[in-house]
Amino acid sequence: MISLAVLEPGGDAATALYIVSFSLFILGLKQGTHPSTAKRGNLIAAVGMAIAVVTTLLLDGMGNWGLVALGLAIGSGVGAYASIKVKMTEMPQMVALYNGVGGGAVALIAWSEIRHGIHIGGAMPLEDLIPTLLAAIIGSVSFWGSNIAFAKLQDLIPTRPLAVPGQQIINAVLGIGVIVLAIVIAINNEPPSQFLFILILIAAAILGNLVVLPIGGADMPVVISMLNAFTGLSAAAAGFALQNVALIVAGTLVGSSGTILTMEMATAMNRSVANILFSGFGGAPAVAAGSGEQRPVTSIGAQDAAIKLAYADTVVIVPGYGLAVAQAQHAVKEMANQLEARGVTVNYAIHPVAGRMPGHMNVLLAEADVPYEQLKEMDEINPEMSRTDVAVVIGANDVTNPSAKNDPNSPIAGMPIIEVSEANEVIVIKRSLSTGFAGIDNDLFYEPNTSMLFADAKAAAGEIAAEIEQL
Amino acid sequence: MSLFTEFTIFVLAIFVGFEVISKVPTTLHTPLMSQTNAIHGIVMLGGLIVLGYAGDGLEYVIGTIAVAFGAINIVGGFMVTDRMLGMFAKKPKPKADAKAGDGKGGGAGK
Repeated sequence: MISLAVLEPGGDAATALYIVSFSLFILGLKQGTHPSTAKRGNLIAAVGMAIAVVTTLLLDGMGNWGLVALGLAIGSGVGAYASIKVKMTEMPQMVALYNGVGGGAVALIAWSEIRHGIHIGGAMPLEDLIPTLLAAIIGSVSFWGSNIAFAKLQDLIPTRPLAVPGQQIINAVLGIGVIVLAIVIAINNEPPSQFLFILILIAAAILGNLVVLPIGGADMPVVISMLNAFTGLSAAAAGFALQNVALIVAGTLVGSSGTILTMEMATAMNRSVANILFSGFGGAPAVAAGSGEQRPVTSIGAQDAAIKLAYADTVVIVPGYGLAVAQAQHAVKEMANQLEARGVTVNYAIHPVAGRMPGHMNVLLAEADVPYEQLKEMDEINPEMSRTDVAVVIGANDVTNPSAKNDPNSPIAGMPIIEVSEANEVIVIKRSLSTGFAGIDNDLFYEPNTSMLFADAKAAAGEIAAEIEQL
Repeated sequence: MSLFTEFTIFVLAIFVGFEVISKVPTTLHTPLMSQTNAIHGIVMLGGLIVLGYAGDGLEYVIGTIAVAFGAINIVGGFMVTDRMLGMFAKKPKPKADAKAGDGKGGGAGK
């Protein structure tokens, strides 16, 4: 077996190079705080990764070069192909898959570590064994949970909550079972039992499936962020097991990032993470508020909408996931171009959960060449709403529902919303009066200053743009 | 490296992570996630290490898959992040209202 064997594992030189590498990760993330520097930051982090990989390849004890090359070639090929081909609307699926393979890699590494410990013989030191078991559990849960999240986002399985009876009890039993198995392995660690270890992997796999299956489509931004945090934690655990400082720091950074995003998403929906995980909301017809009763709405056509918009001074566009589904971002941008040509000020109000993952809507609009400065966060745009002539809601629903503010009994009560009803006029472009993810009626549609334009988002935006040009 | 040294690093990294990442604006959260996916690809190091001492067929398979998974994260994560951030970095097209953009040069562009 050939070995480059220049660096001693855990030696000063290797550790120093790992420190350089994780410092570049931190620097890279720091540059990610502004669009003008983020691209360079990504490059800096990539350089850090290259240093970490090369350092590891130079370690004493590296080998099986043919398989290393095979793994690198397959992984790089798949990763490169996917990153070029993926549509921006599919980013949530891609991140779910990346979370999954990341967790899967950690679980496999843990399995290999256990086998290595058995080959060496004797007791496996607890300071290696315990993080290895943790890495296996978290890695397996994230791998299977992410696969389910991917399948839901890709519409391979229904996005509505799928729950089996007694779900909470089954989950609790599985969770406790995994911990008990881990303790048994740790106690009888001379050598650790591979059979019990595989049981842990399987139980954690079932747990991962069962935790994500009952979570509805609307809660996907939280789930993806949380699985992101999990994979980070699993990498940090693997770092403890392998006593590798680069893994510990990088994994912890990812874990922190996922945790922050999870909390922000939960705040944006005014729900606790526990509530999202265990309630099976986000798809269930929670309350039949106002159903059956027919309330009058004002319906308008593209021409009327064009006139309202063309003679406004300020227009705020409120995009929702429906815009992405209809692939309407380019048509909407064209409509905005027409308005701007007439001197109308156009901004976009982005709710934190407007897409299917954190920041998703911003990427979709950036793809359509909407300038960064026009993308306004919720807190930034709400004070401007009362000074806005026309708010155009496109494919958004729950995030504009005034009942979140006005009705303490609403299932979404307290959820922060884009306060479109504060604008002088509201145009809602929507296919029908159907409910959003939360399954509740939107009072906004029935307000006197709201006009409904019943149409496909893309077709409607295109028609409005054409009508404005004619004026 | 002692367990306590590792814990010290872990705890400090939590604080650094929260400090740095809480400053990333909501607008950039999707690229942040794909970039952290890429950074998570650091687990490929673990794959390389275990493949280094793999001794039988099963371990060859496990190690190779772990390396491939890690490489997907690294290559795919950094590349797709670069693609997305390229969209944000695009200079606003010259417009009637001449907002002058953010006056940034094309240095970071492709």
